[in-house]
Amino acid sequence: MMGILSNLISGISLGSIYAIIALGYTMVYGIAKMLNFAHGDVIMVGAYICYCAISYLGLPPLVGIVMAICVCTVLGIVIEGLAYKPLRSAPSLAVLITAIGVSYFLQNSALLIWKSDPKVFPSIVKSMQPVQLFGGQLAISGITIVTVLCCVVVMTCLTLFISKSKTGKAMRAVSEDKVAAQLMGINVNGTISVTFAIGSGLAAVAGVLLCSAYPTLIPTTGAMPGIKAFTAAVFGGIGSIPGAMLGGILLGIIELFAKSYISTQFSDAIVFAVLIIVLLIKPTGLLGKKVSEKV
Amino acid sequence: MKSVKKTRRKDFITYGIVVIAFIVMQALVMTGHISNSLKNQLIPICVYICMAVSLNLVVGVLGDLSLGHAGFMSVGAFTGIIVAMSLQNAIPSGALRLVLAIAAGALTAAVAGILVGVPVLRLRGDYLAIVTLAFGEIIKNIITNLYVGVDGNGIHFSFKDAMSMGMGLDGKAIINGPIGAVGVTKLSTFTAGFILIMVILFITLNLINSRTGRAIKAIRDNRIAAESVGINVTKYKLMAFVISAAMAGMAGALYGLNYSGLAAKKFDFNTSILVLVFVVLGGIGNIRGSIIAATVLTVLPEALRQFSDYRMLIYAIVLILVMIVTNNPLLRSVADRFIGSLTGLFRKKPASQTAEGGADNGK
Repeated sequence: MMGILSNLISGISLGSIYAIIALGYTMVYGIAKMLNFAHGDVIMVGAYICYCAISYLGLPPLVGIVMAICVCTVLGIVIEGLAYKPLRSAPSLAVLITAIGVSYFLQNSALLIWKSDPKVFPSIVKSMQPVQLFGGQLAISGITIVTVLCCVVVMTCLTLFISKSKTGKAMRAVSEDKVAAQLMGINVNGTISVTFAIGSGLAAVAGVLLCSAYPTLIPTTGAMPGIKAFTAAVFGGIGSIPGAMLGGILLGIIELFAKSYISTQFSDAIVFAVLIIVLLIKPTGLLGKKVSEKV
Repeated sequence: MKSVKKTRRKDFITYGIVVIAFIVMQALVMTGHISNSLKNQLIPICVYICMAVSLNLVVGVLGDLSLGHAGFMSVGAFTGIIVAMSLQNAIPSGALRLVLAIAAGALTAAVAGILVGVPVLRLRGDYLAIVTLAFGEIIKNIITNLYVGVDGNGIHFSFKDAMSMGMGLDGKAIINGPIGAVGVTKLSTFTAGFILIMVILFITLNLINSRTGRAIKAIRDNRIAAESVGINVTKYKLMAFVISAAMAGMAGALYGLNYSGLAAKKFDFNTSILVLVFVVLGGIGNIRGSIIAATVLTVLPEALRQFSDYRMLIYAIVLILVMIVTNNPLLRSVADRFIGSLTGLFRKKPASQTAEGGADNGK
């Protein structure tokens, strides 16, 4: 019983990280209708920045995280402006390939700057003792609590931002209909930039959390979580923000349970098999909108 | 009638380019005017050309994005290795074993194609893309944990470890889980690669120009219209997908038998993406473009070797710049005129040109 509970908590923690990454994918997809494959590598950049701030400059973890968020936000805006903006009217496959180019670029820049040897990421919650529950039968580590809390805070803020703020409303309008939004006086390009900025800032948070839980940092650290989070976004219905949260957390739980109870080696295969089954039953994901085709 | 003749002529130019390139390369190899690194690239170039043509059938002709094509390549490669290794004593001729390995690779990849295609092709757009990605990862995950060995009694399988295959004393492990295949006898040759390209080109180009090909293209252009004139959408989609998977399997078998060792993680998401880059840069639906892009982009990282650490960075920048430049309407029209005046070789197919012309008029 305790085993199940402990796995469930670890699963939610891993799923929270996937959910935060998936938000970046899903927001960008909802607005720019593109699969931003470079998103996973922004995570890696964020983690490296935080690592440098803590290990090289000796700054406190919180400052490191803020630095990582700032750098990634700027990076997101720059990538969007330089690589994606010129392709606004291009076919989606061309944008996809450009995103892959950006992904290669980030990975290889990181390889040149930080070299290929793995860095051991310092824990951002050193002082926090694991919380003991049920008389010590169940221990929850500090990073698990911080991760889940972060995820809840991010989700709440983002939901409020999207539904209440003016920029949030503009984002929803642009994702609904770009041309109509423009006619209503919304700055479409600006809104897309803001989306990239938010998505990349979230990626930095996810990168720090990810590397605190799994402390090996190499230039390809972001690749697999990126793919998994992308899967999570599709799982929940791409373009839908609650879907990304639900998809991410479910994916994390499924992965942890598959690892613990079915097979360690085949856990990835099981995760992807579940995704396929869900998509076959509900072809637009769990919370995705069903768009009827016009003839 | 005239347009049919024109297509034929265009196809012959494509075959011609491949034949001439083969003869030139072969002559360079004979006379020793070729660097060692390029010589080692010859078979991978052939493999990637086959992969690009095969993926172009799905992405360009069928119009569905597949992100898991390396999975089929992987199935073909490991089947090819198992067949070639287990027949080592029975069939002494290397060439015959290679042919059998490629045939077996095509067969198993086609079976995998059916297994993947039946559920996948019900989906559309990005959802279809993510499911092919998922299947690619599943195939990789399964093969990473696969152990295959051969002894006097036949072939043994296991998903646990090498011991549980229960081989006899004369047994020999062929595939060793995460380590992959080891001690493979290299059978692939440049000539075999050339022949495979020609076979795959023959299949693809004939398919595109046939009744079936027209049905597939009709589905790409408008699925609902195609369905309402009585085209069996599922049948033709599945047909194109399975043929493409089989061709990827052939390419995989050739690739697998070119190295003495091969691990399943070689065929990951990045390999699928690499092939997709060839297809998109060469021009979606343009078979000749795929061939040229696959060749150039396989040689490019090697050619950039003098920049050592910076070569992949340069590759990434080139990729981004090419995408931006080729999709810029102004630059594109200038480039088209420039290339067009130089030679007609690189011009796109007439069909897509009229489509573009139509779009321009619409603006």
